[in-house]
Amino acid sequence: MKEHDLICIGCPMGCNMHVTIDEEGVFTVTGNTCPNGERYAKTELTKPQRQVTSTVRVLGGALDVVPVKTAAPVPKEKIFDCVRAMKGLAVPAPVDLGQVLSENLADTGVDLIATKAVGRK
Amino acid sequence: MKTQIVIIGGGPAGLAAAVSARKAGAEKVLILERSGELGGILNQCIHNGFGLHRFKEELTGPEYAARFIQMAKEAGVEAMTNTTVISVSPDRSVTAMSREKGVFTVEAGAVILAMGCRERPRGALRIPGLRPAGIYSAGTAQKFVNVLGRMPGKRVVILGSGDIGLIMARRMTLEGAKVLAVAELMPYSGGLKRNIVQCLDDYGIPLLLSHTVVDIRGKERVEGVTVARVDDKLKPIPGTEIEYDCDTLLLSCGLIPENELSYDLGCELSPVTSGPRVNERLETSIPGVFACGNVLHVHDLVDYVSEEAEAAGAAAAAFVLQGELPAGEPLRLVAASGVRYTVPSTIDPGRMGETQTVRFRVGNVYKDCRVAVYLGEERLRYIKKRIVTPGEMEQVILKKSELSGKTGELRFAIEG
Ligand SMILES: Cc1cc2nc3c(=O)[nH]c(=O)nc-3n(C[C@H](O)[C@H](O)[C@H](O)COP(=O)(O)OP(=O)(O)OC[C@H]3O[C@@H](n4cnc5c(N)ncnc54)[C@H](O)[C@@H]3O)c2cc1C
Ligand code: SF4
Repeated sequence: MKEHDLICIGCPMGCNMHVTIDEEGVFTVTGNTCPNGERYAKTELTKPQRQVTSTVRVLGGALDVVPVKTAAPVPKEKIFDCVRAMKGLAVPAPVDLGQVLSENLADTGVDLIATKAVGRK
Repeated sequence: MKTQIVIIGGGPAGLAAAVSARKAGAEKVLILERSGELGGILNQCIHNGFGLHRFKEELTGPEYAARFIQMAKEAGVEAMTNTTVISVSPDRSVTAMSREKGVFTVEAGAVILAMGCRERPRGALRIPGLRPAGIYSAGTAQKFVNVLGRMPGKRVVILGSGDIGLIMARRMTLEGAKVLAVAELMPYSGGLKRNIVQCLDDYGIPLLLSHTVVDIRGKERVEGVTVARVDDKLKPIPGTEIEYDCDTLLLSCGLIPENELSYDLGCELSPVTSGPRVNERLETSIPGVFACGNVLHVHDLVDYVSEEAEAAGAAAAAFVLQGELPAGEPLRLVAASGVRYTVPSTIDPGRMGETQTVRFRVGNVYKDCRVAVYLGEERLRYIKKRIVTPGEMEQVILKKSELSGKTGELRFAIEG
């Protein structure tokens, strides 16, 4: 049996969780306020993932950069690959909220989407 | 100009208050916002972690703002951006200034204060050394990077472990900077646990608790800083100095409610939160003037800002539609051992809704403790907690049925 103390990063509540994994690999999670905590504990202890947020350059926009996010969490070790791929992008204004700016970002199978609308200059 | 409700500030608090006031029957609701767009601080908070409680999905700051801006539009809320409020008078006339209209006054039936908060300026922190370029508040750096797309520096030390500092440690790392350390004066972090995990631990950035910056080197530009451990009186301990070569120092030393307007208006302020004292309807000591969001007390969860602001919006609508409700003898809320403050400060059982949320913060880290609420000698609540920390707001929901007809003090305490 293995035991882990873990802080859920699912939301800013930051629940303190206690996880036990028995011989059969069954997870028992306590301390989480909502089901996301249990899900997080399982992924974090098997294949950790993070959603990445950053900005991408906009050409001819009212703002020079548009905030973006990966549409889903990506493997933790891929974070810097994703950021590099974002740095290489420049998108023309206007940009819509939710617009896909890059498909399959850095071979993660996850799209990059705009989190704000940016109009033309 | 005349309107039913004027809301000062178009951040998440102002937006939610406006939508709720419209839903509660107010016909004319006007938001006055100083900056060029609605959404407040959320516009520069491009990270995710907003709205999980509210929308059951995790949004970034701009996405959360966009939802409320849309709701406000649909609800027929009027908004004027690039408009700064310069004074509010007790008869609820609001004076503002914009480039298009110059200085103008709006007579309002009710006013909602939703100006948010600002960062503690460096002057208040008294660090020795010259004043070279390269020292920024974390929020200013956040705006540079996330809104303007400019990096303030390459090698960074951060003083203070407030959430903005933690978020910026990750952000600057992703943008290619080297964040050498985050130094925190107190023995605990002022930020959310999740941010320590996601923003520092993930990237191997050390968090130095009980440490502070004792010297800043460099004439024109920051060339380095010296960090030292502090004793339990928060005085630096000689011989514990660590030198860092860096070109940037970010200060993330807490937020204070933006209350110059409230002060000039003459509403009673709490020395603990620096925000107005409010009753159960989030009304300040000036009748018809309400407050919500970070101007009232600093929040870490925008979901609770929206919830609080909705209560203020509904109360303001009731005030303009029905006038002031007859007041009874209010219960006084007392922050006892371990609890720093409560919002609200008073509850009138006769006027309260079916339930009343009381929000508060503790003054230290307590493990395996209880949150206790007493009405006189009677204990109303005794809630088990694995941990409570100053960085995280707590709340207790009280019922009308248990307060009705009662007088005296409601005491909130942390017990072992
Ligand atoms: C860096 C940072 C990270 C955060 N991270 C998270 C997170 O991950 N998850 C989460 O849930 N919450 C988070 N929060 C908390 C949450 O975003 C805030 O508590 C919330 O935005 C506060 O809303 P508000 O409307 O009270 O204030 P603000 O958003 O500050 O809005 C106040 C508005 O009032 C305007 N104003 C001020 N004075 C005047 C005046 N005189 N006249 C006209 N307008 C005026 C300002 O321009 C501003 O637009 C974070 C906060 C910060 C600062
Ligand atoms: S368990 Fe749920 S409530 Fe707790 S931090 Fe995780 S997502 Fe948030």
